[in-house]
Amino acid sequence: MTNKTNTDKKSVVANALGQGLEWVDARFPLSSNIKAHLTEYYAPKNFNFWYFFGSLSLLVLVLQILTGIFLTMHYKPDAMLAFASVEYIMRDVPWGWLIRYMHSTGASMFFVVVYLHMFRGIIYGSYRNPRELIWLFGVGIFLCLMGEAFFGYLLPWGQMSYWGAQVIVNLFSAIPFVGPDVSEWLRGDYLVSDATLNRFFAFHVIALPFVLVGLVAAHIIALHEVGSNNPDGIEIKKLKDKKTGIPLDGIPFHPYYTVKDIVGVVVFLMVFSTIIFFAPEMGGYFLEANNFVPANPLVTPAHIAPVWYFTPYYSILRAVPPFPGVGFLGIPPSLFPGVAAMGLSVLIFALLPWLDKSPVKSIRYRGRLYKQWLAAFVVSFIVLGYLGTEPSNVWGQFGPWLGNAERATVAARIFMLVYFAFFILMPWYSKKDKTLAVPERVTG
Amino acid sequence: MKNTIKLGLSVLSVLSALMFAQHALANAAVHLDKAPIDASNHESLQRGARTFVNNCLNCHSANYMRYNRLLAIGLTEKQIKDNLLFAGEKVGDTMKVAINPEEAKKWFGVAPPDLSVEVRARGADWVYSYMRAFYRDETSTTGWGNCVFDPVSCKVSMPHVLYQLQGEQIMNHETHQLELSKPGKLAPAEYDALVGDLTNFLAFMAEPAKQQRNHLGWIVLLFLAVLLVLAYKLKKAYWKDIH
Repeated sequence: MTNKTNTDKKSVVANALGQGLEWVDARFPLSSNIKAHLTEYYAPKNFNFWYFFGSLSLLVLVLQILTGIFLTMHYKPDAMLAFASVEYIMRDVPWGWLIRYMHSTGASMFFVVVYLHMFRGIIYGSYRNPRELIWLFGVGIFLCLMGEAFFGYLLPWGQMSYWGAQVIVNLFSAIPFVGPDVSEWLRGDYLVSDATLNRFFAFHVIALPFVLVGLVAAHIIALHEVGSNNPDGIEIKKLKDKKTGIPLDGIPFHPYYTVKDIVGVVVFLMVFSTIIFFAPEMGGYFLEANNFVPANPLVTPAHIAPVWYFTPYYSILRAVPPFPGVGFLGIPPSLFPGVAAMGLSVLIFALLPWLDKSPVKSIRYRGRLYKQWLAAFVVSFIVLGYLGTEPSNVWGQFGPWLGNAERATVAARIFMLVYFAFFILMPWYSKKDKTLAVPERVTG
Repeated sequence: MKNTIKLGLSVLSVLSALMFAQHALANAAVHLDKAPIDASNHESLQRGARTFVNNCLNCHSANYMRYNRLLAIGLTEKQIKDNLLFAGEKVGDTMKVAINPEEAKKWFGVAPPDLSVEVRARGADWVYSYMRAFYRDETSTTGWGNCVFDPVSCKVSMPHVLYQLQGEQIMNHETHQLELSKPGKLAPAEYDALVGDLTNFLAFMAEPAKQQRNHLGWIVLLFLAVLLVLAYKLKKAYWKDIH
C-alpha cells in the first residue's frame, strides 16, 4: 500500500518535471544542449592523468570569479586605502582571510593547471589539425590570464606590486614609435600612481574577465565541434558503430568523465587546501614577503622579481642584450630586443600547429629526436623560470677569461636559445624523427 | 627514452651543483638566529604584547591590529583596558601612535614603519636577530649600529630602545662578533627570552587568523579525504563496464 503511494507520488513529481522541461525546451534548447555537450558528447575512453587539467582550469576560473566578487565588496582601489583594505579583509572581514588566500593561491594554481593543460596539448599533439582553433583560443586564454595576473598583482599595493608594475609598464615604452604613449596610457600618469591602480582595477575585475570567459566559451564550443583528442592522438570519429553512429572508442562525457573529474577535483582541492591553510605564501613564491611593505615610490627594492609564473619570460627579457644604439644616425640605445624576445617567447606557442610536421600527433608514437627536444625545452623552461626569480648575479661571475660575465646570464642565454630552437627547428626535427606505427583503435 | 632520461639527469645534476654554490654565497651574507615562535604559548604572547605596547608602540604603530584581538591570546577585556590602554583608547580601536610622521622623520631620518605585518615582510628570524644585534657605534648619528638591519654599512636609524634591559654590546672588529661590554638589567638569556616573546607576539599580530587557519586546514583535509574515497568508489562503479 505504502509502496504504491510512493510510486504514485514519484510519478507525479516526474510528470511535473517532464512538463516543465517540455515548456522550457519549446522556448530554449536546454535538453539539446545538455545532450550535445554532456550526455551525448562522446569523449575518447582512454583519457589519462593529463586530461584532468582542462576541467580543473575551469574550476579555478569559477573560484577566482567567486572569490573576486567577495574581495571587491571590501577592497578599495585607492592608493591611500588599498594596502589597508587588504589587511582589513585579512583581519576584520569574517572569513576574509580565507577568501583572500583562495584568490591569491588561486592565481598561482591557475597557472599550474594551465601550464599542465598546455603541456598535455603539446605531448599529445592536441593542437594539430583539426584542432588549431581550439589551440589558438587557448593561447588567447593564456595571454588574457597573464594580463589578469599582472593587473591583479598591483591591487594589494605593496612594494612588489608597485615596482613590478613600474618595471613591466616601462617595458612597453621600449616599443619603437608607440611605446611611450602606450605605457603612459596604461599608467594614466607618468609613473605608477593612484590613477594606475584605478584603471588596473577596472581591467582586472571587468575588462579581462569578460574576454576570458568569452574565450573559454569559444575554446569549449570549438572542442565539442571537432571532438577531443586523446593520448594516442588518433581520431575516434573515424570508426563509428554502424547502427548508432557513436564512435567505437567514445563514451558519453556525462556520467563517465563527470564522475572521473570529481576525483581529480577532490585531489586538486586537497593540494589547494594544503597551500591555503598551511603555506599560503609558498615560501615567497605565491605571496612575496616584500609585498607586505606598503608601496613606496621613493624606495626601490634591491631585487624586483615577478611572481614565478612570469619568470621564464622575464629571464628571456633579461638575457637579451640591449640594442647599443647608432650614435651618428641618432638612433638611441634601446631595450626593445629583450622586450621583443619576451613577447615572442609567449606568442610563439600560437604557431605550434603549423610548426609541427610530424606524421603522428602523440608522443607515444614519436621517435627519440622529438623526445630529446621536448626534454630540452622542459628543462629550459624550468631553469629560465628559476633564474627569473633570482638576481642575475645569483651564480656569481666567470673569471676574466670570459670577461667576468655573470654565470646566470650566460646560462639564461643558452637556455633561451634552446627554448626558441624547440619551436623554430620543429619543422625540421619533427619531420626527420623516426615515428612508430599508429594503431587503429585507442590503447589503454 | 633511456637517453632522454640520462640527458635529463645529467642536466639536473649540473643544476643542483650550481644551486648549492648559490646557497653557499647566500649564507655568507648575514646569519639569522632561529626565533622561538610558538603561537599556542599564550603566556609568551601576553608577555610579548606587554613588551610591545610598553616599548615599541610609542613610535611604531600597528594600525591594522585591534586591541581586542588580544582576547585570542587569553587576555580579558578588563586586562586589556587596565594594562594596555593608556590614552583613552577603546578596546575595539587599532594600535595607533600619537607620533607625527613628519616630526619623526626629522628626528630619525625616517618615519618609524608600521609593525602590523613586519614579520611577514622580514621574517620572524630577522626580527629576533635584529633586536639582539644592536651595538655601540659612536660614529653613527644615534650612537648605535646594527649589522642585521644593513649588513653592508651596519647603520640603523632606530636607537636601541631596550638597551637598559640588554646592556651595551660592542663590535669586536677582529672576530666580527658582538661582546657585552656593559651588562643590563637582564641576563643575556633573559633578554633573549624577552625578545623571543616579543617576536612571537609580532608574528601573531602579523596574521591573527593563522591558528584558526591551521586548525581549519586539518578539518578540511579530513573532509576531502573522505570525499576522495567516495568519489573514487563512485568512479569505479560507473566505469566497471568500460574496457
